[in-house]
Amino acid sequence: MQEIPLETHDLTVAYDKRPVLYGVDVQVPEGKLVGIVGPNGAGKSTLIKAIMGIVPITGGWVKVFGESFARGAKRVGYVPQRESVDWDFPVNVMDVVLMGRYGRLGLMGRVSKADREIAEACLDKVGMLPYAKRQISNLSGGQQQRVFLARALAQESDLYLMDEPFVGVDAATEAAIIELLRELKGRGKTILVVHHDLPTAQTYFDMLMLLNMRLVAFGPTEEVFTQELLQKTYGGRLTILSEVANTVMKESK
Amino acid sequence: MKLAGESWKRFCGLSFAPALRWALAGVLVLLFAASAEAARISDMQDTNVWEQAIRFFSLRDDVVRTALLGSIFLGISCGLLGSFIVVRKLSLFGDTLSHAVLPGVAIGYLVAGEKDPFAIFVGATVAGVLGTVVVNLIKKTTHIKEDSSLGMVLAGFYGIGIVLMNRIQKLPTGTQSGVNKFLFGQAAAVSPTEVWMIAGVAVAAVLMVLLFYRQFLLGSFDIGFARSLGLPAGLFHYLLMMLLAFTVVVSLQAVGAVLVSAMLVIPAASAYLLTDRMHRMLVLASVFGIFSGVLGAFFSFLGNSLPTGPLMVLAASSIFTLSFLFSPKHGLVSRWRKRRRGQKRIENENTLKAIYQVRESYGFAGEGVRVKDLALRMGETTDETRRRLEKLAAVGVCDLKEIEGKSYAFLNPDGWLRACAVVRNHRLWELYLTNQAEYEPDHVHDDAEVIEHILGEETVRHLERLLDYPAEDPHGKLIPSLADLQRSLTKGSSEDKATGYRMPNQ
Ligand SMILES: Nc1ncnc2c1ncn2[C@@H]1O[C@H](COP(=O)(O)OP(=O)(O)O)[C@@H](O)[C@H]1O
Ligand SMILES: [Mg+2]
Repeated sequence: MQEIPLETHDLTVAYDKRPVLYGVDVQVPEGKLVGIVGPNGAGKSTLIKAIMGIVPITGGWVKVFGESFARGAKRVGYVPQRESVDWDFPVNVMDVVLMGRYGRLGLMGRVSKADREIAEACLDKVGMLPYAKRQISNLSGGQQQRVFLARALAQESDLYLMDEPFVGVDAATEAAIIELLRELKGRGKTILVVHHDLPTAQTYFDMLMLLNMRLVAFGPTEEVFTQELLQKTYGGRLTILSEVANTVMKESK
Repeated sequence: MKLAGESWKRFCGLSFAPALRWALAGVLVLLFAASAEAARISDMQDTNVWEQAIRFFSLRDDVVRTALLGSIFLGISCGLLGSFIVVRKLSLFGDTLSHAVLPGVAIGYLVAGEKDPFAIFVGATVAGVLGTVVVNLIKKTTHIKEDSSLGMVLAGFYGIGIVLMNRIQKLPTGTQSGVNKFLFGQAAAVSPTEVWMIAGVAVAAVLMVLLFYRQFLLGSFDIGFARSLGLPAGLFHYLLMMLLAFTVVVSLQAVGAVLVSAMLVIPAASAYLLTDRMHRMLVLASVFGIFSGVLGAFFSFLGNSLPTGPLMVLAASSIFTLSFLFSPKHGLVSRWRKRRRGQKRIENENTLKAIYQVRESYGFAGEGVRVKDLALRMGETTDETRRRLEKLAAVGVCDLKEIEGKSYAFLNPDGWLRACAVVRNHRLWELYLTNQAEYEPDHVHDDAEVIEHILGEETVRHLERLLDYPAEDPHGKLIPSLADLQRSLTKGSSEDKATGYRMPNQ
């Protein structure tokens, strides 16, 4: 039987009673690389946070692998937005990656040698092993992003939720990350990635979730990446619209 | 007081040493060795101060013993909780909390009718929690931002506290009440019961941090991630806040409401300047906390029961000043040194570049450059140029020689390589700006003057590739290439290297 990694039903979220997400219904199938696309303030981060219980939901429900999030948390990995933390915090790269193991340690368990080895392997995968002892403020934006990615890898999860992992990252790193995500997908993992660059979104992802306070569309990229649906998602914003229209035109030739 | 000043200097000198060992040693010296040494010195000096010091550190006095123990435990809890406060950017919150407890102290006193530690503890805790609730209430229900609501609660609660204190002073028993000591602290007024409470909180803080270090660390760094792991992040946040509140409340008698937050923030901030790992910061901050606490109590004792709080904060501030100046990474002095070194390097590189340019004007004929030509090139007197060259000679890349009554400068291979590298960086960057970024050639020189000193080898290779290994800069001058440089160096190493060097692109 195939499990459904992520299912939401009528998911509604409000900040101080101001709704930012209305009734989102999605069923994400296993082994897919899914892009979450929408304008600024569309609620992309909010959707991810609501799935993981970081912000309270006002209505509907979320299930990961058929269970509540609290039960399935161990199978979900998370890459938060890079600006969400203070990079002057007194920890080094290894400390941060080890945090990915904390969910498996129980309340008082100690970090074991095996945990360290896993963390090192994950750092190696993102090419950051030589920086393991660096204080995190002495890293470039792209390196910081790779540390966050390594931390999520250290979680050894089956479903990954990533919030803008490509922001502030150079082209080479972006290519390396996308390679890594494809490899994860190849091993049957399901990955949701918030992404704001439309042209690359079309090439990177198997499926797209178009979001703007509500779910505009969710489906295979080739079905969803249409001028009409994108217009609906980015409605009203002329600059973006014309840009998108151009890309769509170019792509359809 | 002169001697006290000296011991002060000695202790501070120990405390800023980055190695923990030294700070620990400092405390040990303070606790055990001082009396022995003092006895020796006191033979020659006026003994009054030293007798006092001996009385203090020999722990003969019950009052002293209580005060000292209290200061030590207080230093530990303030250091631990303060570290979390600092990295979580909650300093203002700590300040508000410590002022908000004051009305609780007064009400506790009024209810119990005397200075009862438990009544005061309960009163202060309730007032502190109430203050926090009010802050959140204002933040949630209005659009007033957090800093303003913190400021208001701080001042408002503190005002109420002062009014109540004044009333207590006016009561028949008021003058002996000792509640005024809660403003600026008096370690000597700490009772044994209070020391037990202080010790209890310190032990609880140490235990909690040891047991749940990971939870506190992750919760402070990235609370969203902690929640995403399914960890009870909220619970640990409240645990930390509770420990903080208890620390503030039990510290009141010794440090005083006005300055508790300084004892939280300053030792932790000093530690933050010295290390970039959280666990080290916790230990260092505790050591600094103990140190400030003990010193504060000591000087209060010397000065016949001066208020302890300000003295502790003074000690803590001295530690901070030393960290601020001498921290290896973030210290003012080390940063200044680094900048000086950078400036010297740039100056030398500019000299090297000028030598290159003079040789270029000779068509790379001959090996040395005349000092006079160099001075002309740099627009300065020959004496100034000579001083420049001596600086180069001092780092071993240049020789100054007199030939037939004229001075010449010769670069050795290292120097020549460096000179070529600087010129190459400059010209590559100019070319990049004109070709790729499409600046006009007359716009690019000043920018290149700065960039030439900071381009790394990787960037240079990248630039060369990008510009397709150019041979000439926008002004038509040769660009010495990296490959040529290396080739010429291997060729040159067989030659006599005391003399000048040939132009690689020749
Ligand atoms: N903690 C918060 N409190 C109140 N409003 C918030 C908070 N976080 C986000 N919002 C609001 O919710 C909306 C959606 O935000 P977000 O999910 O971050 O959008 P996106 O990630 O798509 O740019 C925005 O209008 C934002 O201003
Ligand atoms: Mg976002």
